[in-house]
Amino acid sequence: MKSLMVILLSAMLTDNFVLSKFMGICPFLGVSKKLDSATGMGIAVTFVMMCATLVTYPIHHGILVPNDLEYFDTVVFILVIALFVQLVETMLKKCIPSLYKSLGVYLPLITTNCAVLGVTVLNIDNSYSFGESMINALGGGLGFMLALVIFSGVRRKLEYADIPETFKGVPSTLIAASIVSVSFMGFSGLFS
Amino acid sequence: MTYLIPALIVGGCGVLAGVLLTVAAKIFHVEVDERIEKISGALPQANCGACGYAGCADYASAIVEKGIPTNLCRPGGADAAGKIAAILGTAAADVVPMVAVVHCNGDCNATQRTFVFTGVKSCKAVKRFYSGDGMCKYGCIGLGDCAAVCEHDAIRFENGIAKIDPALCGACGQCAKVCPNNLITIKPLDKHIDVLCSSADNGKATKLNCRNGCIGCRICEKKCPNGAIFVNDFHASIDYNKCTGCGACMEACPVKAIHTCEK
Repeated sequence: MKSLMVILLSAMLTDNFVLSKFMGICPFLGVSKKLDSATGMGIAVTFVMMCATLVTYPIHHGILVPNDLEYFDTVVFILVIALFVQLVETMLKKCIPSLYKSLGVYLPLITTNCAVLGVTVLNIDNSYSFGESMINALGGGLGFMLALVIFSGVRRKLEYADIPETFKGVPSTLIAASIVSVSFMGFSGLFS
Repeated sequence: MTYLIPALIVGGCGVLAGVLLTVAAKIFHVEVDERIEKISGALPQANCGACGYAGCADYASAIVEKGIPTNLCRPGGADAAGKIAAILGTAAADVVPMVAVVHCNGDCNATQRTFVFTGVKSCKAVKRFYSGDGMCKYGCIGLGDCAAVCEHDAIRFENGIAKIDPALCGACGQCAKVCPNNLITIKPLDKHIDVLCSSADNGKATKLNCRNGCIGCRICEKKCPNGAIFVNDFHASIDYNKCTGCGACMEACPVKAIHTCEK
């Protein structure tokens, strides 16, 4: 039980996918303008991460390992992730069209979000058990959402700030992102 | 066998995923009005935003869902409006063809540069530098910010100033947005009289800076039979709702700042 808590919290804080491992930067910068779309994106990514882990773990250990096909991990994992992203997209289009619209191109881009592929591959690399993998995926997704929500708050402040012309837009956003990332370095060593 | 099993496994996963997605697509099917797609096809897909919507697709859905007028597409003009009306089954709305015009005639013969700018080749950059390199601070800088954004390739540079080819112009207004001196306006194509000066300097200063500038003498105001031309900020402007294109102002103008674009 204790080890599961450690995995969950370290995936969220010390090894935060966005702010410590620099995975999934593109939606982090693209969708963090507004709080509600940031939360929506976080939930969508968490859902895809959990589902992908749920399916890729049995595929890896049940089908690929017995047949000595570990080198197929990436191909099959991407296929599974694409499947779930498409599923989320059709569901959102039907149920929450406004969120579907505000996420725009970033929703199909979850497919190529390296954070999602990263979770599934890291689960295998760290030789986690099934339960640990699911917790790791949950922590990764929540950590992603946490980063997006925190950063959407920062960006709202940025919008009202009087920034020199040269730094307006992308430069100030990237600088703010690096400062948020530095603040997450404070968590390092929490579980060692 | 070394190839068959991996192929079968990956292929099997793919087929399974396909079946799942098909089922999901059936369950979560959303009705989309097919007219939206048809109208989107009839629009020129310039995505210029001249209609006031985010793009052609956005305008198409606004036409169907909110009953927005069908004649707002400027690049498409009467052609697109007719097609849209045919798709909706309504009468085609009138389209006034529009065109962009550059309100400056300060070419190389009429005015001079005050310094040589060797920085970034952009009107915006020059404008930041002592309000531009021309003697007249209101005129065309001529480095082609407008031509760079023009999707219709309608802007040419003759003798150092931008000229718009009415035959190519889609009147989307992109050029008007980027001109740092706000020299470009969109006006009805059939109104062919234009004041080609935007100088807000007084008459004497304008005359010193440029031979083609409007000095704000108000003679045109007095000669116009329809009250369509008036002087404001030391240069004349035309109210296109009232102008009949008689040309009285053009003949009366002592500095020849009023021109006709009629061929």
